[in-house]
Amino acid sequence: MQVSIDQDRCCSSGQCVVTAPEVFEQDDHDGLVRLRLTVLPPARFADVRLASELCPGGAITVAEEAPERDRERTGPAAG
Amino acid sequence: MTSTPTAPAPLLPAPHDGVCPFSPPPVYTEAARAGTVTRAALLDGSSCWLVTGYHEVRSLLSDRRFSADVRRPEFPSFTPGRRAILAANPNFLRLDDPEHSRLRRMVTGDFLVKRVEAMRPEVQQIVDEALDSMTASGGPADLVGDFALPVPSLVICLLLGVPYEDRQMFQELSRVLVSTTVEEAEVRRAQTELLDYLGGLAAQKRRRPGDDILSRLAARDDLSLREIAATGMLLLVAGHETTANMIGLSTLLLLRHPGQAARLTDPAAVPGAVEELLRHLTIIHMGLPRLALEDVELGGVRIRAGDGVVAMLSTANRDEELFGAPGHLPADELDVDRDARRHLAFGFGVHQCLGQPLARAELQIALATLFHRLPGLRLAVPESELTFRSDAFIYGLKALPIAW
Repeated sequence: MQVSIDQDRCCSSGQCVVTAPEVFEQDDHDGLVRLRLTVLPPARFADVRLASELCPGGAITVAEEAPERDRERTGPAAG
Repeated sequence: MTSTPTAPAPLLPAPHDGVCPFSPPPVYTEAARAGTVTRAALLDGSSCWLVTGYHEVRSLLSDRRFSADVRRPEFPSFTPGRRAILAANPNFLRLDDPEHSRLRRMVTGDFLVKRVEAMRPEVQQIVDEALDSMTASGGPADLVGDFALPVPSLVICLLLGVPYEDRQMFQELSRVLVSTTVEEAEVRRAQTELLDYLGGLAAQKRRRPGDDILSRLAARDDLSLREIAATGMLLLVAGHETTANMIGLSTLLLLRHPGQAARLTDPAAVPGAVEELLRHLTIIHMGLPRLALEDVELGGVRIRAGDGVVAMLSTANRDEELFGAPGHLPADELDVDRDARRHLAFGFGVHQCLGQPLARAELQIALATLFHRLPGLRLAVPESELTFRSDAFIYGLKALPIAW
């Protein structure tokens, strides 16, 4: 699974942090979403899918089987 | 695709007629049965669309072709003249991006999940002290006035930097602002008075800052005192009205379901129970107004640019397909063990409630502590004597006499 975030769409509702705290965090300064992990453990896939669904701004995108060349999109630098 | 209505369009906002105090007013549930997007009329005589389906409400609230900008002349108004009053000093809830985002992001840091989690001991102390004070007399007491209202009021006062001693004034003004029945002139007067009060506080804090939201906003030179006051008013009103009504209504509902109330003594069950209470009660009974900026297809209906739209969170949250999982009670009933996390009680889209981490923490702590400390909690009057706030944008109880 690949997850990417778009901080421009983030409205800091905190839904992602409540739903998948191991994967998402909010920046201390501006509250915008950040990824805590570069590699997602399969045990967290369901939480991440729900976090993506619950995100009110549509800032979290999940790709179930991303091609190899997109791998670098996962990580704190995304978005 | 627009259907021809066979019955007169329902008139919004529809007051509760007491069929069930916990369910959306029947006008809305009947509309939901007729379709996910139907025609309705507002009290000022204009017509609008009523959106009642879960998927349609979610889609509408996250679609930027629908505006929340109350300054637009065609913006739907629940009561005559109200739009003009709100438009005179709009807060960020009533604006579109980029203005909305600019103002909202100035306070997002104060409602981070991590920051709110760190406040839990403080909230617990406020809850404990309110319960100590309420039970000191031996009872009976009014749960709304003695517990449900003081707890979130104290918390938001601390965060904002508003003196709690002024609560009687701001709670009364707040009641006027969320009422659907008071005269237009009175709404205007209440808004001006509260904005002047908060603007005055911000001006003081510009000279002598404290560690609070108003001080941080006052320290910025890119904000006017009026903008600070409008943001402060939104946080103050939303910060105590909503949570107070949720605590009061949740308590009454749990008293009707003692088996489910007992689940609150299990700390692991509390967060899920609060999500279910949020879903089931959805206290924004009047819905959220929006204005279509373009022609949009929604739920098989063609909505035209310039049309008013009202998103009903309460009917969306009773969607059987979403919430009626096998092994659980139907969506119309309370089931604290249900996975209710997809609910829309905090709205959806970029305007989704900023204070939801705080609301969750307050509700979890207040309800768990209440039912843990007072296992004999019961109504002190017959249920038929309870009075509900059916004439307000935020639904709730006027009072809840209890004994223990």
